Amino acid sequence: MSDDWKEKLYEPEGELIKVDSVGYEERTELIEIDSVDLDYAGKTGSIKALENIHFNIFPGEFVCVLGPSGCGKSTLLKIIAGFIKPTSGAVRLDGKEIEGTDWHRGVVFQNPPLYEWYSVRSNISFGPKMRGLPKSEYEPLVDEYIAKVGLTEFADKKIYELSGGMKQRVSIARALINDPEILLMDEPFGALDALTRESVQDLTRKIWWDTGKTIFFITHDVEEALLLASRVIVLSRHPGKVIDDIRVNFSRQIIEDGADDIKFTPEFYKYRERLLKLINGQRTEQDK
Amino acid sequence: MKKGSGKNLLISLITVGIIVAAWFIVTSTGSVSELFIPKPSSVWKAFINAVNDGYKGSTLFKHLGTSLQRLMIAYLICVVTAVPLGLLSGYNSRIRAVLEPIIEFYRPLPPLAYYTILTLWMGIDESSKLALLYLAGFAPIYISCVAGVVRIKEDYINGAKTLGANKRQIFFYVIFPAALTDVFTGLRTALGVEYTTLVAAEMVAATAGIGWMVLDASKYLRSDVVFMGVIIMGITGILLDQLIRLIERKVIHWKGRS
Repeated sequence: MSDDWKEKLYEPEGELIKVDSVGYEERTELIEIDSVDLDYAGKTGSIKALENIHFNIFPGEFVCVLGPSGCGKSTLLKIIAGFIKPTSGAVRLDGKEIEGTDWHRGVVFQNPPLYEWYSVRSNISFGPKMRGLPKSEYEPLVDEYIAKVGLTEFADKKIYELSGGMKQRVSIARALINDPEILLMDEPFGALDALTRESVQDLTRKIWWDTGKTIFFITHDVEEALLLASRVIVLSRHPGKVIDDIRVNFSRQIIEDGADDIKFTPEFYKYRERLLKLINGQRTEQDK
Repeated sequence: MKKGSGKNLLISLITVGIIVAAWFIVTSTGSVSELFIPKPSSVWKAFINAVNDGYKGSTLFKHLGTSLQRLMIAYLICVVTAVPLGLLSGYNSRIRAVLEPIIEFYRPLPPLAYYTILTLWMGIDESSKLALLYLAGFAPIYISCVAGVVRIKEDYINGAKTLGANKRQIFFYVIFPAALTDVFTGLRTALGVEYTTLVAAEMVAATAGIGWMVLDASKYLRSDVVFMGVIIMGITGILLDQLIRLIERKVIHWKGRS
């Protein structure tokens, strides 16, 4: 894969730019989220969880969807994964409408549903095995991905012997080994302690940069979004609507310049304030 | 849970010790008729007699063996039918809709109530006894298998789908192992229920079996044999349960650790 995508991620760079589909039409999107609405049945009639969600995801992007709890961000991920169908609108992958769940969209869940009856290795080889690939083909891949997530010493451990952070690493490797077109991550590090979270964030960023994998990442943590994403999308609450869509390149700076103190730069601060204000604005409006 | 289990075992042993000691003391005074509580020595004598000379034509081990054979045959048929049907019912609500009314209806019935129907249909020999034991064991296994599947977190199944597993693979590689803990709960309950039904099954037209031996002895007021039989049944029951627990620990090595 050529590195073109890395350049395209941040065009145009610098200013805070409101993105709409017009400016990016020359690029072919990987995922097209086309006017998606989702209603679900509540006690008093139907409740709108998502309203007119409309954006594209381009190859190589690291999209973080940020929003207060109850904004339907996980629901959006479930629609892309194919677990639920939108009430109206459609999601297309490479121009084809998504119907049901398959391995082209890998998912990393908040509580990794790893199979306790298998070892780390068997959990990671689960995908290729189910897809009927020959053992000789996926066996070396399994070792490669175990190494990639830094679990070589733990390859033959049982799942219950792992810490929360390690479980999430297994979960990432298990999804990546299938080489999905996009990796969907649903608040994957929300339940981890601060230090562990930082190390799996670093891992995720590195994997993204090294493989050029497109990532769609749900979080409610503004800093996490800024430290990982190439693009941050903010959803409002009740109903979930896109209220901001910005490109950021802190993630790239961390990788290319090893800038670990980026959190303390005025620029980072500016973005953080902007996003916090948006999200907190939501909250006070709701609480009134 | 593990901590102090040695101490708890000791406490349990003391309980047993006190009961046995009380038995010795009460019977040694001679104030209680041997009919109500036979002396430990008489029970022991009955045991030795039954082992060596047998009771009404069969040795104790023959009686026990006959019962265990009935139990095992019925139990095995139970396992090979109730486990798959239960798991499938959990996976597919239509299959469940077919089977549930039957099971919900007969499950609360006392086995003796429908035993008469079974003997009417199948005669008084072995097959009606097996059928009774089978029905007694089926419901608990079936119900816990259904519960085991229904309880599985949706993410387990969704996760498998996103990794490329098809429906059949999900059933064998995800649902079956995930439900195993509940399956074993059902297997243990079923063995217990079948065991308690065994005496009822041997009430009609049996000539051997540990349950029959106790019932027959009670007709002739042979309290020593009755006591001996009940104690043997109790110990066998505990051993069978321990055996299943042992298998469970070997099979579900991840239980209680995740």
